[in-house]
Amino acid sequence: MTSSRRRRVADVALQSGVVEVAEKVDRAKVLQRLRVGDIAFRHTTRAAAVTVLVILSGIIFSLVYGSLPALQKFGFNFLIEESWNPVTEHFGAIAPIYGTIVTSIIAMIIAVPVGLFIALFLTELCPMWLRRPIGIAIELLAGIPSIIYGIWGLFVFAPFLQQHVQPFLITVFGHVPVLSTLFEGPPYGIGVLTAGLILAIMVLPFITSISRDVFDAVPPMLKESAYGLGCTTWEVARYVVLPFTRVGVIGGVMLALGRALGETMAVTFVIGNAHRISGSILAPGTTISATIANEFTEAVGDIYTSSLIALGLILFVITFIVLACARLMLMRLNARLGQ
Amino acid sequence: MAVMISGASSPLYAARRRKNGITMTLAYLATGFGLIWLALILAVLFYEGFSGLSLKVFTEMTPPPGAAGGLLNPIIGSLVMTFIAVLIGTPLGILAGTYLAEYGRYDKLSTVVRFINDILLSAPSIVIGLFIYEIMVATMGHFSGWAGSVALAVIVVPVVVRTTEDMLTLVPDTLREAAASIGLPRSLMIRKVAYRAARAGMITGVLLAIARISGETAPLLFTALNNQFWSTNMNAPVSSLPVVIFQFALSPYKDWQNLAWTGALIITLAVLALSITARFLGSQSKKS
Repeated sequence: MTSSRRRRVADVALQSGVVEVAEKVDRAKVLQRLRVGDIAFRHTTRAAAVTVLVILSGIIFSLVYGSLPALQKFGFNFLIEESWNPVTEHFGAIAPIYGTIVTSIIAMIIAVPVGLFIALFLTELCPMWLRRPIGIAIELLAGIPSIIYGIWGLFVFAPFLQQHVQPFLITVFGHVPVLSTLFEGPPYGIGVLTAGLILAIMVLPFITSISRDVFDAVPPMLKESAYGLGCTTWEVARYVVLPFTRVGVIGGVMLALGRALGETMAVTFVIGNAHRISGSILAPGTTISATIANEFTEAVGDIYTSSLIALGLILFVITFIVLACARLMLMRLNARLGQ
Repeated sequence: MAVMISGASSPLYAARRRKNGITMTLAYLATGFGLIWLALILAVLFYEGFSGLSLKVFTEMTPPPGAAGGLLNPIIGSLVMTFIAVLIGTPLGILAGTYLAEYGRYDKLSTVVRFINDILLSAPSIVIGLFIYEIMVATMGHFSGWAGSVALAVIVVPVVVRTTEDMLTLVPDTLREAAASIGLPRSLMIRKVAYRAARAGMITGVLLAIARISGETAPLLFTALNNQFWSTNMNAPVSSLPVVIFQFALSPYKDWQNLAWTGALIITLAVLALSITARFLGSQSKKS
């Protein structure tokens, strides 16, 4: 291996013609040309790296600029008003914000424990020969486009929930004091709960694959010492693996939360696009991204368009904060592993 | 007493074992639960998708409501926009990744760029659509295939930056030192030595980026819009597979819904093929 690599490097030196030419032509000229090329390449790569920053600031500036008309008209009320009326051109963002947060909470309540247990299974219980196939399957599934989850949710999952799960929930919780408001109303099939469940299925592979990577990073020595003391697998997971990886797990969960908050297509199909806040999670609702996806091309008038862009700005700010926290936590874990 | 402590009859030991048994069963159940949903989705997708798959899908245009037809124009539209997006995004991503891994590995600038890049990597794609709408569609006054391509390119860049940097960091420094010792200037060392050693991994990154954008719908909704007819004009609205799936799936027409399933199957197969190839290349590059 190394010898072939060395040969390749030697070939490069000969092929590039630098050596031969330098002896025939003016050596200083060639060196000068190389130096110019070197500086040019260095600055090109630097400019490309700066472009990444330009993209981010471009996103922020364009969203702020686009949402100015709406923010000037409605001011702070935009954040707390529920009405969304294109006819009277009166817009408020609280209903989509509420929907975004509630669907994400439902998704995380289900996906986080399940994902952590799958990761535990993959790192501690699964037979060696099965680990790779299951791991690969999960990573492939994490790459499936969200529109596939959306179309499946619309045609298969929502009718199933409407006919079997939701009537059951209504009869069981219908008379329990607090929960009855949560499961109030007819079973529509589409709605906040369905969207949350689809999101849960979608972020499950993310959470699983990140926590598996994080669990795998625990030094085997730590786990073996715990096993040596007579700990059970659960005790090792609970008192050694989890405390050691806590920052990383939280980072991974927040990364998944960032995805869930900003997810568009999986939600748009099944949320129902209703601009109101309902206590019942069976009722149709809307999220920020679903509102933009459904209404942007049909929006007439500056204020309507601008209000939608303002929604986008709010979404970007929320996800930016969540993702930044996630990255900082993952960086902290890496720094700790590096020590 | 001694028997009590060491044997399985000790109440504390039994409780610990019971707890362990319960949680381990939960772990098995969770894995089954997770895999079942994912298997169900794929099963339905393959069943519905394959039943509508025929040669007509690849040779005919999208039909008007209530008629049979194919998906030729959205397939071509998606391919062209993906191609242009990769053409724009890849060089930019590779150069930026090169800076992070080679020139400015320990720079302050690199730390910031790395952080921002990681955030862009998972930023909501619909926001990127809004961004491109603002800077291209609003200023040009009309929706266009170019705008769609640029929106996709913005998604390509962070993926390529990340993989390029990771792969270049894996190249051993001894190779770089060897190149420097025979007098190669740094830019040539990077292009002729580091790039070659990291080539497989960098191609993997590009494939993953293609896989990522081939199913993206949100950024295309209000940049490329949609076009029901055959069009090669990138300055006009261009049809794309994900947007057509979105439109057809929500329509009340059975023919359109069937085409949406078939389109979904085509995208999924393409994405799976790309990720499997990327994975294969990735494992090859690790071995050598």
